[in-house]
Amino acid sequence: MKGIFRVAAIAAGAAVLGATVPSQAAEPVKVGLMLPYSGTYAKLGDMIEKGFRLYVDEHGGKLAGDEITYVKLDDESDPAKATDNANKLIKRDHVNVLVGTVHSGVAMAMARVAEETGTLMIDPNAGAMAITGPMCSLDVVRSSFNNWQPGYGMGVVAAEKGWKKAMTITWNYAAGKESVQGFTDAFTKGGGKVIKNLTLPFPNVQFEALLTEIAAQKPDVVYTFFAGGGAVKFVKDYAAAGLKDKIPLVGAGFVTDGTLEAQGAAAEGLLTSLHYADDLDVPKNHEFRKAFVAAYKVEPDVYAVQGYDAAQLLAAGLKAVNGDMQQKATMEKAIRAAIVDSPRGTFRISPSGDPIQNMYLRRVRNGHNDYVSVAVKDLVAPSVGCKLK
Amino acid sequence: MPSMRAGEETLASVRAVARRTAAARFGAWLPLVAAVALIALPSVLTPYTRDLVMTLIIYAIFALSLELLVGTTGLVSFGHAAFLGIGAYITVLATPASGPGSIAVLLPLAVGGAALYALIVGALSLRTRGVYFLMVTLAFAQMAFFVFHDTDVGGGSDGIYLYFRPVMAVGEHKLLDLDQWGQLYGLAVGMLIFTYAFLALLRRSRFGHALAGIRINEQRMRAAGFRTYGYKLAAFVIGCALAGMAGFLMAAKNGVVNPELLSWHLSAEVLLMVIFGGLGSLRGAVIGAVGFTLLKELYQSPGLVGTLAADHWQLTMGITIILFVAFVPRGVIGIFRRLRTAPGS
Amino acid sequence: MDLASFLVQCLNAVQYGLLLFLVASGLTLIFGIMGVINLAHGSFYMVGAYLAFWLSTALHLPFLVMLVVGIALAGALGFVLEWVFFSYLYHRGHLQQVLMTYGLILIFDELRSLLAGNDVHGVAAPAWLSGSFALGGLMSYPWYRLFAAAACVVVALLLYVLIHRTRLGMMVRAGASNRDMVRGLGINIRMLYRAVFAGGVVFAALAGMISAPMSSVYPGMGLSILIISFVVVVIGGIGSISGALVASLLVGFVDTFGKVFFQGYSGVGIYLLMAIVLIWRPEGLARRSW
Repeated sequence: MKGIFRVAAIAAGAAVLGATVPSQAAEPVKVGLMLPYSGTYAKLGDMIEKGFRLYVDEHGGKLAGDEITYVKLDDESDPAKATDNANKLIKRDHVNVLVGTVHSGVAMAMARVAEETGTLMIDPNAGAMAITGPMCSLDVVRSSFNNWQPGYGMGVVAAEKGWKKAMTITWNYAAGKESVQGFTDAFTKGGGKVIKNLTLPFPNVQFEALLTEIAAQKPDVVYTFFAGGGAVKFVKDYAAAGLKDKIPLVGAGFVTDGTLEAQGAAAEGLLTSLHYADDLDVPKNHEFRKAFVAAYKVEPDVYAVQGYDAAQLLAAGLKAVNGDMQQKATMEKAIRAAIVDSPRGTFRISPSGDPIQNMYLRRVRNGHNDYVSVAVKDLVAPSVGCKLK
Repeated sequence: MPSMRAGEETLASVRAVARRTAAARFGAWLPLVAAVALIALPSVLTPYTRDLVMTLIIYAIFALSLELLVGTTGLVSFGHAAFLGIGAYITVLATPASGPGSIAVLLPLAVGGAALYALIVGALSLRTRGVYFLMVTLAFAQMAFFVFHDTDVGGGSDGIYLYFRPVMAVGEHKLLDLDQWGQLYGLAVGMLIFTYAFLALLRRSRFGHALAGIRINEQRMRAAGFRTYGYKLAAFVIGCALAGMAGFLMAAKNGVVNPELLSWHLSAEVLLMVIFGGLGSLRGAVIGAVGFTLLKELYQSPGLVGTLAADHWQLTMGITIILFVAFVPRGVIGIFRRLRTAPGS
Repeated sequence: MDLASFLVQCLNAVQYGLLLFLVASGLTLIFGIMGVINLAHGSFYMVGAYLAFWLSTALHLPFLVMLVVGIALAGALGFVLEWVFFSYLYHRGHLQQVLMTYGLILIFDELRSLLAGNDVHGVAAPAWLSGSFALGGLMSYPWYRLFAAAACVVVALLLYVLIHRTRLGMMVRAGASNRDMVRGLGINIRMLYRAVFAGGVVFAALAGMISAPMSSVYPGMGLSILIISFVVVVIGGIGSISGALVASLLVGFVDTFGKVFFQGYSGVGIYLLMAIVLIWRPEGLARRSW
């Protein structure tokens, strides 16, 4: 018993000591990848990292002359640990840039820490409006999207198609609500009306009751936002309930991104709106997809693109200061002014930190999200409460 | 010869008693030494370890508050995190949108809110016993969790920001500004010392003795004329109110709150902290909180356990928990007590 | 809400409730007979779902064969688990059981991550059960869901027959009331417990296998069903199978209709139900054990 205790005490002491030994932060730029490496979002985290690394590797492992090193941390999509995890990366591991994450709750805590410690943060996915709303800052920029954007794009298309009555269904959390808000804003502007908003608690997947409700209300179109496992189940359930051919289902692109293999025939023909489509006819996209497949032997998805573009934003900042990360203000201004040559087309950054980008309409064909048309060009997301307008 | 052996045995037991008394005297000073060390600590720490120590202090208060319930009164609650979460959420929700809230308002609200929910939960669940009590406290905690997670009361599953940390101001002059790390730390240390001292005095009081009696044999206490339900309810409310105080600190420290603060995982973890340190001991609760949190840190550090183990730290954690609960049921304090008890005494 | 939708919602509620019953019955059996709180029970459900995925996708077993093989594997798992781990929990206090089985959840979850990865998987329903039948107007109900509900009913009946009409069931009921007496009568209580535990695991895994085609197979699926099954067990009364049945159906209805009528608060509804039941009857709904 004594021995065990001694070992435990030494180990605990070592943990604290190990935590206090500062790591060297010299010329190389340390990128802190705080992503989900376990749990439902693990695949997304993996794709984001692959995209980021691809860009850096394409430039010989260096951006603006600085070698890029990585520190990885699994955020477990747990908002309760997010502050501590972000602090760990910044204060213990002395990263120069924070890159993350997928879950909005975690990203919100990260943005808070980034702003308080004055660390540059590039968000390669989480689209919560609060991050570029009241909490906006020059330290935080997104290479992905604002939750509102894909919904707005779909709403424009839905109104153009002449549908008048819509119902929405999503999880009752920020990403779902903000996506629905985008759809509603565009749909009502185009003359439509959202008759009912259905929600269920995140991450509940018992959809039967709500599907029955949809069948009872008989809208012209149903707009949905789900991601990951929930998206798989919902699309399958929608078809199984016999609604697929009777009431058109449209959604934010995440409903069909990374989920088509599991959804199978149930997803065929689905219309979605996203800032990316697999077969987008943009030269950069073809190069990107070829390089990605050659490097990783899997097809990239929108998350990989977002990771790739996060690296591009960092590169833009570093180039403007010739690799000297101490000139943070200049770097951040350059990132805000950057025009990114992305596989999704070129995009700029709004003053509040969101990409100003096209929303594309896609249709599912044979297990791919095929590009149909541009739903909205250069869409600017609202940034309520941001002082950086 | 028998007499010599008897003499030796007496000498041995006298030495043992002396050792125990000396150790006890040394042990009595330990909390005071620790408190002084805590106050002096920030000057020697790096920014990261400062955050770590702050987290440890908050969890120590949290564990101490559960110790009153589980260790002193014998009420095994599986929903303790809900009260931490309620304290944290009230702190954020009661902060005005335009500027910082006053500590003099937010702290009592946070503690009071937790106490109020504890009163309701306690009144209803203390009618049950044993495993039912365990499940009912879990159920009420889940209710609170879902209120914050699903409804619009608090920003949903992503949580809400605390845009301005609380201050204590008299007119224009700020007496205490929790945005300053040093002052927040000072408040946290003060609250830890207060909680420890308060609970130590409570345990020594008549009320505390009654609670201990209820833990050991409630029927006997009732036969002796004690209204055990009232005592249990009081203990429950006090313990949960202290957890609310820890929640206030948590919100002030992180600047953001989310429903995971009320999750049953955290309730299970704080139970583990108390067991880890040793049930029935205030020192044990603090040791348990510190030890458990540091152990988790250790298991997740690739530098110390290797990348494979760090990536799958839940495996090592799970095995550790099982082995520890199975073989060291009295916790770290139990090990100490056994060491102090010399053979032959 | 018109009559047709109401009936369909009732069907939804019953189907969900019956699936919950499958999971909860195992939990209440283990709890009631051996006195062990097993937080890892949800992990068995997850094991069942992942087994279904592996057996049907990797080994391409036809559906019914997969069920049989899955049941056998789950039974073996339960047998071994009881032997090496759970048998040591019987004489420990509830707190220790809670914490040790919590540790078990972490281990199971990590093993799942190591063996099956973190991706979400779909399992296809067998061809002879795919498709739906029309329920008037716009709605149709999938055949598979009907099958799932029917399967749960069959299992429930089997369980009833087993407990009330066989010698084994008699021993189980006796063991629940008076362990020492049963041992004194020469019945091998250890083997009995092992069999009951394996049975509990089989039920949970079977529920997982049956729901795999309906819900996806994903990490965390065990935890979500765990808490709800505990609520069911407590409402129904610990150790009572009939109580668990009534409670599961109640929970199914509260959840289903709560989602339709009280959008944001459906999550709270189940716990409110539990609180109300416990205020009225602190030991759960069932008066007698069975």
